[in-house]
This record gives sequence, C-alpha cells and structure tokens, in this order.
Amino acid sequence: MVEEIYLLLPMIILSVAIIVFLVVDGIWKNKTVNFWGSIISLLLSFIVTFWSMQYLDFAHNPDYSKFITKGFLAFNGFSYYFDLIFFFAGILTILASRDYQRANYKELNEFYTLVLISTFGMTIISHSNNLLALFLGIETMSLSFYVLAGFFRKSQQSVEAGIKYFLLGAFATGFLVYGIAFVYGATKSIDFSSIALAVQSGNFTSIYLAIGIGLIFIGLSFKVAAFPFHQWAPDVYTGAPTTVSAFMSTAGKASAIFALFLVAKSILLPMHGLEATLKTVANIQTILAVISALTMLVGNFIALVQKDVKRMLAYSSVAHAGYLLMGIVANNPEGWNAIGFYALAYLFMQFGAFTILSLGEKEDNKFNTIEDYYGFSKKHPFLAGTMSVFMLSLAGIPPFAGFFGKYFLFLSAIKAGYLWLTIIAVISSIISMYYYIGLILAMYFKEQKEGIEPRFGLPFVAVLFCLFATILFGLIPQYVIDFTYLLLG
Amino acid sequence: MVVAFFLKFVELNETDMELLLTLFLPLIGALLLLFVNRNNIKTFKYFSLAVSLLTFLVSLLLLIKFDFANPEFQFLTEAVWIEKFDLGFRVGIDGISILLVLLTTFISPITILSSFSAIEKREKEYYVLLLFLQFAMTGVFVALDLFLFYIFWELVLIPMYFIIGLWGGKNRIYASVKFFIYTVVGSLFMLVAIVWLGLYVGGNILKMPSGFTSNFILIRQILSQNVIPFEIERWLFLAFALSFCIKVPLFPLHTWLPDAHTEAPTPGSVILAGILLKLGTYGLIRFNIELFTNSAIYYAPYISVLAVIGIVYGALVSAVQTDVKRLVAFSSVSHLGFVVLGIFSITVEGMQGALIQMVNHGLSTGMLFLAVGILYERRHTREIAEYGGIARVMPAFTVFFGVAMLASVGLPGLNGFVGEFLSLLGAFKSPVLNSYWYTIIGATGVIFAAVYLLTMFQKVVFGPLTNPANHTLKDINRREWAYLVPIVIMMVWIGVYPKFFLNYSEPTVKNVVNRVYQQKFPTQTNIDVLKISTKIGEKK
Repeated sequence: MVEEIYLLLPMIILSVAIIVFLVVDGIWKNKTVNFWGSIISLLLSFIVTFWSMQYLDFAHNPDYSKFITKGFLAFNGFSYYFDLIFFFAGILTILASRDYQRANYKELNEFYTLVLISTFGMTIISHSNNLLALFLGIETMSLSFYVLAGFFRKSQQSVEAGIKYFLLGAFATGFLVYGIAFVYGATKSIDFSSIALAVQSGNFTSIYLAIGIGLIFIGLSFKVAAFPFHQWAPDVYTGAPTTVSAFMSTAGKASAIFALFLVAKSILLPMHGLEATLKTVANIQTILAVISALTMLVGNFIALVQKDVKRMLAYSSVAHAGYLLMGIVANNPEGWNAIGFYALAYLFMQFGAFTILSLGEKEDNKFNTIEDYYGFSKKHPFLAGTMSVFMLSLAGIPPFAGFFGKYFLFLSAIKAGYLWLTIIAVISSIISMYYYIGLILAMYFKEQKEGIEPRFGLPFVAVLFCLFATILFGLIPQYVIDFTYLLLG
Repeated sequence: MVVAFFLKFVELNETDMELLLTLFLPLIGALLLLFVNRNNIKTFKYFSLAVSLLTFLVSLLLLIKFDFANPEFQFLTEAVWIEKFDLGFRVGIDGISILLVLLTTFISPITILSSFSAIEKREKEYYVLLLFLQFAMTGVFVALDLFLFYIFWELVLIPMYFIIGLWGGKNRIYASVKFFIYTVVGSLFMLVAIVWLGLYVGGNILKMPSGFTSNFILIRQILSQNVIPFEIERWLFLAFALSFCIKVPLFPLHTWLPDAHTEAPTPGSVILAGILLKLGTYGLIRFNIELFTNSAIYYAPYISVLAVIGIVYGALVSAVQTDVKRLVAFSSVSHLGFVVLGIFSITVEGMQGALIQMVNHGLSTGMLFLAVGILYERRHTREIAEYGGIARVMPAFTVFFGVAMLASVGLPGLNGFVGEFLSLLGAFKSPVLNSYWYTIIGATGVIFAAVYLLTMFQKVVFGPLTNPANHTLKDINRREWAYLVPIVIMMVWIGVYPKFFLNYSEPTVKNVVNRVYQQKFPTQTNIDVLKISTKIGEKK
C-alpha cells in the first residue's frame, strides 16, 4: 500500500492541484494564487518524482505495473524520466506565459489549469501500460492543447489555430481508436505485455494486426507532426500563443514520441522473432524510416524559405520530429536512450527559442519576422547570444545539447543498419544549418532596424534555465545517458 | 558534477601539465574576458595579448620536453567523458602535431597584436572569439579521440564564422555563410564515418561492453591489421577526405577560400591562412593516411592529380587578380597543393616537406596578409592599381613585404624553398604515384609563383609615385615592427637550418610511412590495388 502511494504520488499531487485550482478560481478570483500555486504543484510533483525514483530503486525492480491499477498503468524508470521532462516543460510554460498573456491579451487563470491538465495527460501517456490508457492520456493532453491553441479569443490567428488543430486532431484520433480496435481484434488484448506475449507466441491474426499497427502509427504520426501528417503543425504553431507553441512542440512532441516508443517496443520488437511476421515488421519499419526521412527533408526545406521566425521554428520542429523518429526506426536500446536524451535537449533549446520570441512579440504576432531581428545583437547582446546558442544547438553544432542528441540518434540508426537514413539526416541537417545560421546572421551582421523591445522578468528566468541546461547537457551528457540506461534496465 | 569532472581530470595528470595548459589557457582567458565591461577596450587588447604570449611560452616548454627519438604520442592525457560510449578526453602530441601546435601558439599573439588597429568595433566579442578560436584550433591538433576531434573541428567554425561576418569587408555575409556551409557539409559526413568506424571497431571487432570506441590509438592499432574490407574502407576514406579537402582546400572544393580570405579582417585572414587551412592537411595525415592505409595508396594518384591541378590553377588565377588580398588568397590554393602532393607521395621526404611547408605557408602567407593589412589600414583599398612607388615613402615596409614575397616564391635561403623542394622531391621518388609528371607540372607552380608575386610586388612597391594619395603614407610603426620581426626571424631560421624542425617530425613521419607500406594487402580482388602493390615490390 505504501508503495502504491509512492508510485502514484506525483500524479496525485497534480490531479488534486488541478481540481483545487479550478474550484478556487471559481470562488476567489486571485491570479497570483493560481499562478504560483500551479508552479508550486508542478515543482512538487517534480521533486516527488525524484523521491519516488529513489525509493523504488528502478535499477533492481524495473517494473511495478503488477502491483496496482490492475495493469492499467505501468511504473518504470523511463516513464518517470519522461515525467520529469513534462513537469519541467509545464513549469517553464507557466513561467513564460504570465507576462506574455498580459502583454498580448489578458491574463486568465484557466491558462495555468489547462497547462496542468495537459501535463497530467502526458504523465498518463508515459505511464500507460495499455492501449486504452494511452488513448486516454493522448486525449486529455490534446483536448487542453486545442483550447490552449485558441486561447487568445480576440486574435483571429489564434482561434483559427485552435479550430484547425481540433478538427484535424479529432480526425487523427479516429485513426488511433480504429487502430486500437484492430489490434484488440487481432490479439484479443489491449494490454502491452499481453499483446507482446500474444505476438511472441504467434497467437494472433496477422493481417488485422498489421492494419491496426498501421492505423495507430498514422494517429500518432499526426501527433508528432510527421510527414505527411504534418500540415497542421506550422499553422497551429504560428497561430497559437507563442508560449503554447513552445509547450506543444516540446512536451507535446515528447509525449507523442513516447507513445510511439511504447507501441514500437511492445508490438514491433517481439514481432522480430517470428518468421511469420518478420516481413510485415520489416515493411513497417521501412515505411517508418521513409516517413522519418521525408519528415526531416520536408520540414527543413520549407523552413528554409520562411520569413517569419515563429513559422520557421514550427517547420524546424517538424524536421526534429523526423530526427526523433530515427530512434523509433532503430528500435534498439541505443535508440530509446537517444530519444530520451533528445527529448530533454529539444525541450530546452526549442523552448528557449520560442520564449525569446515571445519576449519581443506584440499583439497578433507582430515583431516575429526575421527582418525585425536585424541588428538585434547591438542593443541586446545577451539575448542575441542566447538565441544563437539555441540556434546552434538546434542545428546540432557541438558542444551544445542538441549535438549530442543528434549524435546518439545517428549512432542508434547506424547500429540498427539504417546508414541511408543517417545520411539523409546528415543532408537535412546541412540544409537546416542555413536557416538557423540565417537568424544569427540577421541578429549580428545586419544593420539595426527599429528595434524590438523585449520584456524581461519571469519569462527571462525561463530563458536562463533553458540556456543553462542547453550548455550543461552539452558539456556533461554522460549523467543523463547513464541515468536513462539505468532506468531502461 | 562539473567540478567532479574536472577533478577527475586533474588527478590523472600531475606530471605533464604543459599540453593541457597550452590547450586550456586561451579558453580560460576567453572566459575571464567575458566578465569584463565592454568599455575597457585596453583591457581586452592587452589581456588577450598576455594570455596568448603566456600560452606561447608554455608551448615552448613542450618543445623542450619533447622526446625526439620517440615516434609515438607523448604528453598523453586520458579522462573518461561518456563512459557508455567510450568517449574520452584523450589528448597527446607526436612529431607531426607538435610543429602545428607551436605554429598556432606562435601565430596567435601576432594576430592579436595586428588586431589592435584592424578591429575598431565590438572589441569584447572579438577578443573573446579570438582566444576561443585558438583553444579550438589547438584542440584539433592535440585530440586523440575521434569524437573529441570532431567537436574541436566544429568548434573552430563558430568563432571564424563570426569573425568573418562581423568584422569583414563588403561581401562579408555572403563569404561567412559560404564558409560555414562548405565546412559543415564535409564535417557531417565525417561524423557519420566516425560513428560507423567506432561501432565497427568497438562493437563488431573488439566486442567492448560499450559497443563503441573512438580512441584513436586503439582504432589505429586495430585497423593496421586490415580488418575492414577495402570496399568499405574506401568510403570511410572518402568521407574523411571530403571534410579535410574542403578545409585545405583542394581543387575543385576551393571556392569558399578566396571569398573568406578576402572578406575577413586582416587578423582573420592570417588565422585562416596560417592555421585553419592546416587543420585540413593535418587531418589528411592523421586520419586518411594513418588509418586507411590501403585506400590512401589507392587514392593517392587521384588526389595528387587534383593537388597538381590546384597548384597550377591557383597560380594562374592569382596572376590575373587586381585585388592584392585576393591574389594572396589564390596563392594559398597553389601553395597548399604542394602540401597535399607531398602528403600523398607517401614518402618520408614528401611528408616532411609537406609538414615544413605547412609551417612555411602559415608564416609567409600570414605575413603577406599582414602586409596587405598594413597597406589597407592606411589607404582603405586593396586594388593593385591604386598603389605604386610605395618604396619611397615606406622603405622599412618594403623590406618586410619583400622578404615575405620572396619566401612565398620559394627563394633558397628562406623557408618556402625547403618545403616546396622536399614535397616535389617526395613526389618524384614516390612509389605510389610512380610518375615524374606530378613533379614536372607541380614545379611549374614555383615559376608561376615567381611571376605573379614579383609582378604584384613590382606594381605595388616600385615605379614612380603616381597616386597623390600615396605621398603621405606613413612607414610602419613600432607595434608593426614588433609583430613582423619574429616572423622574419623564423623564416630565415627555417630557410637556413630546417633540420632543427625536421628533427622533431622525422621519427614520426618515418613511422607513418612505414606503417603504410608494411601493411599487407587484404585478399581483395581489386586489381588496381594489387597492381600498385606489385609496383612497390619492384621498386624496393
């Protein structure tokens, strides 16, 4: 019983906080309480997660899913590692959002609660042990994302982003559910471990399983914004409030990629051992590899011609989904670890870049074009330098965190025999250099235009966090890597 | 965690701190400068000068403590970085890298001294970047871990990109982006090759628990037993060679160079020509020749042909330039051709010549750029036609300019002659190239060099003083004396007594060359390789 409490404590804290703040907001309209309360509850969950990890000693007891919730939720180290990422993303989002909301629209308390709810959804994804739990988590997360994307009610772009995201997202969820139904029909189970068992023992209907997996991958590809289901991403990320885009494109992407990892690990991997399914799984993996390659290329090529920094970052986040998919394609421990590291590195660099954008933004995405950033370094050398660090990290230049993420992904793909995919990743990295460097070029080498006036304050603290982490994980990635290896067992 | 990392690192090496100091002093200096207020321009200038001079003094200790007779790596330091993938901080130097490390530490104070007048805005960023650049370049020369090497290799890129882009000439943005993209294209393929090699050696052959290694010495030892099939080895060779040949730059990958050299500020050009290009040639020796010996023999004729084309092409294009700086830039293409020819002759003479030529080129072309910079600071033009008869108003400058020019031409008694002669001699004797035409055509490059450099010198310095703007030119000042005289001393020293420097590299170079030939050819059906191997047998 005590163990169960420990296992569930982070989620309990979060869910209690959500309900409390919803109620408090109804009675006592105090913005400070909600703002700080949300941050503190996330921080508490963050700390408690560490504590739970320590107490449970995952290195020796890798899985607690048998204990409680009747196998509905799984509790292993890797899920908790992703929880940490989600919690931190939530903290950063709330930190960055208050001043941004005040400057662009008005501060509403629901924002913070919605961030909490979507974070809660993400933790369910990372702990799901079962296709239905996975679905539940994805829906909890997505529904709050739909609202968050359209949060600035007065802004046409924001509302458009919300509706677009909702319509397409709902459609993609349909695919996901349909896929789950097929997998259930084929293996008579929705539990990951029993599906794996059924697959290993050859006790399934091959064609339905293939269709089911295909449909699930379509649904999840939509969530990570992989080609050809990426079309929503640029519009939504551009239209949505900038800090929300940052949240969706980092934590949202990380949780979707985690869902893909779960499916790949528990359904695709056991299929390798069987002669009957070897061909199917090889086909699926080839298709995934092609999707990954096209995602990188398409994202980077279109980002190349963008004039708007926010839109450029949106397309670059599509490209990064492609890099992350390499780990799924490789589907070996190196690949999973690489995903873990990359999700962490990507959180900080992408979030930092978006937050710096949000610092200078005026209503309706003004001051977001590359031209507005001409000569930015003259007046704000520190911010320009920080932005350059994020750009270089996104481009994968050492010694920043992004480089190691890319490096580990390349390593896993080569080890799995996907040299061609790595070479395509390299080529698309080269393409991406051009526009990442383009922003640095605009900030440093061009003559100053009418300047952006960035707001400092709390969002700046979030930027500092991101900067610190991007450099730190670039210098000492070994601690994270050792950690994830330990957690994966 | 950071402290723990550094503590681990210091513990390992109590005896040989010289190399680590040479590497890290500039970085420490750069980090300290970050905290200085940007209005204290004098602090930036003199502090960075002091740091680079101190680094030079420390590097002289390397020269003293270095063991001539030992062809292996010395001053070895090893610290674990990422245990899971056997990535380590491994550094050390041998006879090949010591000369280049010394070149780096020697050129750096000179560039800083020349920056005092050349850089007039954003001094803080500039000096921080310059010291950081020195750290990265030294790192490339001392890294004994493929992964660490790659990191330093990429680190060089960022400061240089900013130096060209922020303090460069009119076309600086175009030049800086071109420089960046060109270099990145090559280096990323190198990264793939490094990962493949590490997985193959660490995982497939050694079956290490990490499944990966990037330890250079270990990989070299394993590869010397011909474990990689030739079909794969040649691709690895090409991936590395692409990266290095872009940096050298080898014809036809040279097009970034004239733009970057011309647009960079004077100190930037000096570093580009003096040290940055040597990263490429150093990589060719260290990785392409030492690791992939079979492919090196197989591809040597092809690369040498490109080198010879580069020698002649660079010289011919130089001859028609109207811009002094562009002329010197194209002459680099020509001079580096000799280096590559010397390296891929795979003979002791050729490689020794290539090494000494690397140092020479750094000195003489660096000095030519400095001279052009001195003119540019006074007249703000680089057109040859704008000058003429400068000797009358700037006699001391003329002497220095003349010495640099003659050294670049390859006048016996000055440094350029030794390197070019040995490189050509190596190509002549080379069993791999096995043709005299490389030397014959390459030697015309020396003649062309005399033509275009002497013509330029004559047009700029001699003749009547026609342009009235030139009447008031001031001769070089004390600071300029201070950075020109050491270079001239080195030029004469190498020209008269090159043995002092050749002694350092000889055992290592011999070792490298022997290793290439000792290696037995694998049971390949590739006829070309077998042909070459029988040829070598005949010659011996």
